[in-house]
Parts: sequence; structure tokens; C-alpha cells
Amino acid sequence: MKYDTVKFKKQPKIIGSYSIVGPKEGQGNFREYFDYIMKNDFFGEKTFEKAERKMIETAITGAIQKAKLKVSDINILVAGDLLNQIISSSYAARAFDFPYLGVYGACSTMAESIAVASTLVDGGYFENIVCCTASHFSTAERQYRFPLELGNQRPPASQWTVTGAGSCVISQKGAGPRVTMATFGKVVDWGIVDVNNMGAAMAPAAMDTLLAHFENTKTTPDDYDLIVTGDLGKLGSEILIDLMEDKGIKLGLNYSDCGQMFFRRNQNTLCGGSGCGCCATVFNSYIMKKLQDGQYKRVLFLPTGALLSTTASQQGESVPGVCHAIVVEAYEM
Amino acid sequence: MEMFLDYLWVFLIGGLVCMIGQILIITTNITSARILVTFVIVGVFLEAIGVFDYISAFAGAGINVPIIGFGASLAKGTIGAVKSQGLLGIFTGGLTATAGGIAAAIIFAFIFALIFRSHTKK
Amino acid sequence: MKKNEERIKAYNKYVSAKVPKTKPWPTLFNSFWVGGVICLIGQGINDLILFLVPNISEQSAWAYTLIALIFIAAFLTGIGVYDKIGKFAGGGSIVPITGFSNSITSPSIEFKSEGIIYGICVKMFTIAGPVIVFGVISSALVGLIYYIIYLFI
Repeated sequence: MKYDTVKFKKQPKIIGSYSIVGPKEGQGNFREYFDYIMKNDFFGEKTFEKAERKMIETAITGAIQKAKLKVSDINILVAGDLLNQIISSSYAARAFDFPYLGVYGACSTMAESIAVASTLVDGGYFENIVCCTASHFSTAERQYRFPLELGNQRPPASQWTVTGAGSCVISQKGAGPRVTMATFGKVVDWGIVDVNNMGAAMAPAAMDTLLAHFENTKTTPDDYDLIVTGDLGKLGSEILIDLMEDKGIKLGLNYSDCGQMFFRRNQNTLCGGSGCGCCATVFNSYIMKKLQDGQYKRVLFLPTGALLSTTASQQGESVPGVCHAIVVEAYEM
Repeated sequence: MEMFLDYLWVFLIGGLVCMIGQILIITTNITSARILVTFVIVGVFLEAIGVFDYISAFAGAGINVPIIGFGASLAKGTIGAVKSQGLLGIFTGGLTATAGGIAAAIIFAFIFALIFRSHTKK
Repeated sequence: MKKNEERIKAYNKYVSAKVPKTKPWPTLFNSFWVGGVICLIGQGINDLILFLVPNISEQSAWAYTLIALIFIAAFLTGIGVYDKIGKFAGGGSIVPITGFSNSITSPSIEFKSEGIIYGICVKMFTIAGPVIVFGVISSALVGLIYYIIYLFI
């Protein structure tokens, strides 16, 4: 059988995590869990791109501090974001004196970077790796959609890119939730052309990875306290539940979606949050906290990414999706 | 009373034109650039078949303020110039008639772009 | 490959049935009255100009009216109000000439961060460019038809 799931023998620990969000996100459902809420979206910078970069720098520094490490203890940075040529991560990496691996999995980047980092750590090649992703509403909006001041209405299936950055330190030693498994996903495209309907475009990828994961690990949804997707949103997560049901697997109350949970009802975000920052901030605040408290024992975290670009969609291409899954278990003494 | 009726027509026709735009948005999910293009072409067409002036006579701003009016003046300018200058009018007429609007949009956009910066949506 | 196409078709059909639809009536109503009010403001400005400058030609009065509306819309875009009106009114604030002004001003402001030449000037017509292109081409076409008609009468 073909194996796309990795089982980590040494089980790398997540020894520090940090999340930073924008003001609107700071009013959302997870507001008390975030480490830092920015006063405004510029974060003291001149442009939104510079603000996103500074968020990444802040998140990386914060995660290293919370892991009680020094910057010199870090071996590698694995990071990515949504902008062309992942400039926010690459430019943020200039500020640090360790090697940098840029990864791009659109909104699935958090799981992708943790999976890559865990593999490197588990292999015994590196001791401490820091992972980081971020997204910013205003930079994503101008790159993928329209200028901010344009007076248009957002279609009802659209989602709101979360302004936020999340970072965590993966380590061989120390105490913290363990990364026990990772399933790397295939690129799946079921021909959705509507760029405003990311949830529908990414749901088949989530299904594909989820099926592969359950099959490879011989687990069922009941083996997890929480199965959480990244930013399928309200519509996409409903589609995923339907798709899984067609395959004979029922996702129950332990399934939820970061994007769907992120904002409050009255925040006008239509189908919920999206972007790298959406699941990255939730994972590095809320989910980590619950794992440390022991409220969750075993979490399956599988954010999805829509690998589109404006050029490709203007040429009539459909939106391909990808989904990477990681299993994080609470630390045991 | 007559003035009130005039303004009522302006409101009704203007509102109706905009509502047709909204119907297009809801039913076909088209972007604002496409909406504007569609209505400009409608304006050019209405002027070309000579209907625009009849609507304009009682609708006033109701048909001139929507971008249809912009299309109509493009066409009106071209037709007028063709009449007076012949072949050259095809090239000069349209933009001459609408130069005020286009120049105003460019000038004010430039000035305000220098003054303001974009605000994050809430 | 055929099976793949069938799946794409079936999935798209399933998704389009599931996509939430905009509730049409409130947005239609909003676009109607906001659009109507913008036109009323235009008529008001026009009548004011005709009242203040009695000798002005009708055509010049309209030109001033449109320029005034374009100015107001550009200003409202600058202070970040027009996008809120747009979110509320949809077509009501896109279709009037103010929407045209907004579509030129908004990218100019947005791309200011890339400088005056490559930011403001290059990006100014990213949205409104097609309007001018299609307007000019279609009116030139109309001009050509009239030219041919005039040749024969």
C-alpha cells in the first residue's frame, strides 16, 4: 500500500506557540486566547505588506520566548504566507540569523510547515525548528480581489481573510503537545471555477486527505477529541460532512472548522474566516491551550489551501486544493 | 408641483436603472467593472438608435447620472462629429464629448490618492 | 478522463445548489433608493447651476454636474465612506457616474504604496479602463455606421 502518512517515532514536541491578530479578529470568538491583539492593521508600519512582515517577526520572536529558548537555539525557520513569492515570510526571515525554508500551501501552510519541521526534527537532523505563517486581510484583498475602497458587495459564499500570524517551536526535547503523525496531501481539483467559493474548491482535498489518513492509520473519527479543518468556512465544512458521509464516514460533533468558528455572527464575514492566519492563530492559541490543559487528548488538524493565482483563474483555470493533516497529542509525563 | 413630479421621475428612473444593475449582480455574480462596461454599451446603443433623448427629456439626471449617460454622450459626440467632420469624427468625437468627465475622474483620483491612504474594512 | 468530467459536473451541480444566495429584496430595495437619491443629487446640482448661471448651455451644465458628482465620489472614496455605501447599496452606487469615479480613485489610493508612477498612475485604470475602451470602441462603431449612412443620403 502507498503510504502518505508519517508516524513520528520520537514524537517532536511543540514547546512554544504564539499568536498575533488584527483588531477585528481580536473581537472574534477566540479573543481571550490570542497572545497579542494589534490596535490597528498597520501595526505602526507604512504599508500593509510591511505590517504583515512585522507580524511574522513578532510571532517568531514570541514563540521562541514562550519556548524559553534563545534565538541562537533555533536551527531553522519554516515559514510561508499568501503573498506572491511569499515575501512576508522571506523578508521577515532577514531579521533572523538562522536558515530559512520557504513553504507554500496557501491556507494549509501551518500544517505543512509543522509536518515538514516535525519530519526534520524526528529524523534527528535538527533540534529546534520554528514554524510560522501569516495572512493579512488588506494585502490578500489587493492581491486576489479588489482595492479596499472599491464600493462593491461581497458575494454570499465569500470568506474574510484573517489578519493574523501564528508561530510555534518544534523541538526534540522539552515539554509540550506531541506531533505524532502527519499525512501529506495530494492536490485535488474538482473543477470549481468560482474564486469566491473557496470552501467548495477545497472540501474535496480535505476529504481526500482525511480518507487517506483514516485508512493509513486505521483510525476513525471517534479516535480524536477534535477534528479541525482550517478555513473551509460555513459552506465548505458542510460540503465536507456531506462528502465524507457519501464515503461512509460520519463526522460528528468533534468536527469543526477554524474559519467557521473564528468570527462572531454579527461581524459580517458571510461564510467565515479564511487565510493562513485563520487556522494558524487558532491552532497556536486555542487548540494549544486545550492540549496543554489536557481538555483535548488527540487533535487531528487538517487545514486546506486553495492553490489559485489571479493569472491562472483569469485564464479560466479551476481552483485546485490541497490539504495536509497532522495529529497532535497532549503531553504525557 | 411640476418640479416635484420632475424630481419623482428622476428618482424612479435613476433607481430603476441602478436596480437593474443590482439584479445583474445577484443573478450573474458579475464584477463592478463588467457592470460599468455593460451599462456604457447600453448607453451607446440607446443613443445610436435615437431613444436616449426621449428618456432624457423626462428622466433628466435619472438617466444622465448613471453611466448610461456617459455612453450616450460618447455616441452623441461621435455622431455629431461624423456629421461635421466626416471620417475623422469617428476618432475624435467620443472622447471630446466626454473629456470633462474623464479628466475630472483622473485629476480628482490623483489628488485624493496623494492625500489619503486606504482604510481597512471593518 | 470521462469519469473525471462527470464528477466535475456532478460536484459543480451539487455546490451550486448549496451555495447561499443573496436575499434579493433588501439589496434590490437599497440599490433602488440609493441609486435614485444619487440621481436626485445630480438633478439638484444641475438645477442649481442653471439657476445660478442662467446663460449656460444645457450641455455645459450637465458637464459641470457630472464633474461635481465625480468630485464628491472621489472625496468620499478618499475618506473611506464610499465603500461602505457600496457594501450597502451594491448596484445603487456602482451604476451612477459616482461608481465610475470610485473605480478610478480606489485603485489609485490602494496602490499609492508602490509610488506615484508605478502605483497611482499605472493602476489608476485597472478597473475603469475597460469602461473607456469599450465605450470608445462601441461609439466609434456607431460613428462608422452613421458615416456610411451619411454617405448614401
